[in-house]
Amino acid sequence: MASKNPIKNNDKQAADQPLDPSRRNLLKTASIVGAAAVGSGAARNVIAQDSPRSSASSSPIAREALEVLTAEEAETLEAICDCLIPSDENGPGAFEARAVHYIDRALASHNKSARENYMVSLEAINNYSKQTRGKPFYRLIKDYQNSILAGVQSNKVPGCAPSGSGFFNTVRNHTIDGTFCDPYYGGNQNFVGWDMIRYPGIRLSASETDVAQGAALEPNHQSAYDHDTYTKMASNTAMNQRGGSDNA
Amino acid sequence: MHKNLPKTDVVIIGMGAAGGVAALPLTNAGLKVIGIEAGGWLSPRDFAPDELRNGARNWPQAVQKAATEAPTVRATSDQKAVQGGHPMMNAVGGTTMHYWAQSWRLNPWDFNVVSATRERYGVNRIPTDSTVEDWPFGYEELEPYYEKVEYAVGISGQAGNVHGRINSTGNIFEGERQSEYPMRPLRASPFTDLMSEAAQRLDWNPFQGPAAITSELYDGRPPCQYHGFCNKGGCHVRSKSSTAFTTIPKAADTGNLDVVTYARVTNIVADHNGKVTGVDYIRGDEAFFQPADVVLVASYAYENVRLLQLSKSRAFPNGLSNNAGQVGRHYLSHHQGSPVIALFPRDLHNWYGLPAQGVAIDDWADDNFDHRDLDFIGGANLWAHTDRKPMGAAKMSTFGLVRNWGSEWKKFIMENADRSNMAYIQKTTLPYEGNYLDLDPNVKDPMGFPVTRITARYRENELRIAEFSQDKMEEWYREAGAIEVQRTGLGNAMGASTHAYGGTRMGNNTETNVVNRWGFSHEVPNLGILGASVMGTSGARNPTLTVQALSWRTAEYLANNWRSIAG
Repeated sequence: MASKNPIKNNDKQAADQPLDPSRRNLLKTASIVGAAAVGSGAARNVIAQDSPRSSASSSPIAREALEVLTAEEAETLEAICDCLIPSDENGPGAFEARAVHYIDRALASHNKSARENYMVSLEAINNYSKQTRGKPFYRLIKDYQNSILAGVQSNKVPGCAPSGSGFFNTVRNHTIDGTFCDPYYGGNQNFVGWDMIRYPGIRLSASETDVAQGAALEPNHQSAYDHDTYTKMASNTAMNQRGGSDNA
Repeated sequence: MHKNLPKTDVVIIGMGAAGGVAALPLTNAGLKVIGIEAGGWLSPRDFAPDELRNGARNWPQAVQKAATEAPTVRATSDQKAVQGGHPMMNAVGGTTMHYWAQSWRLNPWDFNVVSATRERYGVNRIPTDSTVEDWPFGYEELEPYYEKVEYAVGISGQAGNVHGRINSTGNIFEGERQSEYPMRPLRASPFTDLMSEAAQRLDWNPFQGPAAITSELYDGRPPCQYHGFCNKGGCHVRSKSSTAFTTIPKAADTGNLDVVTYARVTNIVADHNGKVTGVDYIRGDEAFFQPADVVLVASYAYENVRLLQLSKSRAFPNGLSNNAGQVGRHYLSHHQGSPVIALFPRDLHNWYGLPAQGVAIDDWADDNFDHRDLDFIGGANLWAHTDRKPMGAAKMSTFGLVRNWGSEWKKFIMENADRSNMAYIQKTTLPYEGNYLDLDPNVKDPMGFPVTRITARYRENELRIAEFSQDKMEEWYREAGAIEVQRTGLGNAMGASTHAYGGTRMGNNTETNVVNRWGFSHEVPNLGILGASVMGTSGARNPTLTVQALSWRTAEYLANNWRSIAG
């Protein structure tokens, strides 16, 4: 089912990746996972190489198009998302959930109106990074990134739109959406978001016994769209069976 | 330009909570009814358990007619009104498709706030700038219609007062009922048990609230599955007793109801004698005139008022039924914000369940307690309920304990995602001078018609109830073991709300009210108005069941007096 493995993987593509590619080449293959591993600094490299999930040799690299963001915007946003919901000693975060992939897709559709604010603000954050630390945001070490992001939140980084705090709230909301939404939308990959907060998963029926178990209930790792009744195909089938006039 | 259609007996504008109920007694009486609905038909297959689509993206209402005509809002007339969102949806069944479905009867006190307050506390206790009046009848007159709707639609709950026999597992403060609810209440949960036990230790009277949701097999519909995507998502098994699954199909079965979908009514047509003759509507690229002997307006408070204000004619130059200048006045939206949020030291098991699965406290509502030493009248219903989904859980309050991002925050939500709760507190809200609905002079819908402008704010009485009820809610949470309690602001502007009242108020005084005690216009004999726009007080609880009881009553009156009203 697509939602159990929401991003199409391609082993061959992964195997073809050069072992130590330049950032630009990686982005050309639209492999944000790899790009972020390089772009988010040394700490990220360690995590990326140690983690089986994002290692090219043991796990396929996701093929993800950039539908809206530029390569540099995506890299900057990846670093911001990793500050907001970090991958750390307590487990995976927005990076593993593929929050940036979710945001890129959302900016092409439902959140189109936020696109300009992203463009303007991500550039403003990189400009500020270069002026104060000599490098774009995504090349800084985590401590510096955190301190600049705190500056965005408290309106100390000029040029963000609609304001520093306004952009911060937008990107925080979208990062949470991308980490905890139904995997159909391109985030919450492998249900890392739901596992993070011990959400036992979507069920069409919850018994008193289920509820009594709370977080001890085994997570079922299902998307809403693992249930045939909500898919396009099922709708078509049902319509045909009922002559297309199921009114109530 | 408008294509003339064959005449019908009754046109109902809006097939939602109100119109969807009124259709049943009318069609049962043999009257031919055409329901004109701005939305379409939805089915359980449309209600996927998808928090992003239903909640954050607001599907399907974000793409509907109502979304294109959202009211503008300002607190006072010297401010610029700003357009926000529209809280309601267009569909056959209307907002009953996805509402919380709490289905209360009003407290008897809500029908005679003025006289009861004078009698108990003296003449000076009604806020001086309030335009509140007693309803033209008491609770007893509406009681039989509450009962009809509870059985026709399907309400679950525990009665607290049947024929004067008080049952303390129900609401001991409710008005006397003639019968039990048709279904037992929705089941309790570990969290509602926790809150009920705490309330009992405080000597309060907790009870499971009533809901338009099946708790057992009812009328061919299965019981609630408690899966947690009830609010906004609609019900995947038709347990929610939406009019789309109850009264509307029954009315259609009579052969006397036709529903016209995706149709926008633009004008209610009146003749020179001051009677309505039908409605103009647009569907796709085509314009129609639907003639009718009687028109019932059931399009929600904002659109009811706007349609009257837009429908100008020689007989009604200031808008239909507005020669007394009362359309749009006595508007209020329920003070249902200013919640209290609590953090508990252990998981609450609230990942499943629904907003209507809750425990209520009515001890501090209406006039159920002594107000002699207080500086307000009325009160609040306190509601503690289960409802949690992952995106919302991750956006929980941090209670000032950690910064709202980064490693510390992540650790915080990993631990606390299932440990917080937000109370729902509904408060008595009154109508006031200076609070009103009119047509916005600047903002128009895509067809070029002005949208509604809300000019309204809460006053001292509402803000004092808000503060008082937050005290009580905090006490309740603390007793239940909360380790952190956070209060939100007390409120100011009355924004566009799912609980909007007034604008076409019901009352005997023709100088201060738009419709009579039966819901028919004082000025237009064959025009009836359905919905909370006829209600002059809010009570401290959700309006829908009262709206539906009033709609049934108006429809039954019409059927019983057809010749005098339609003639």
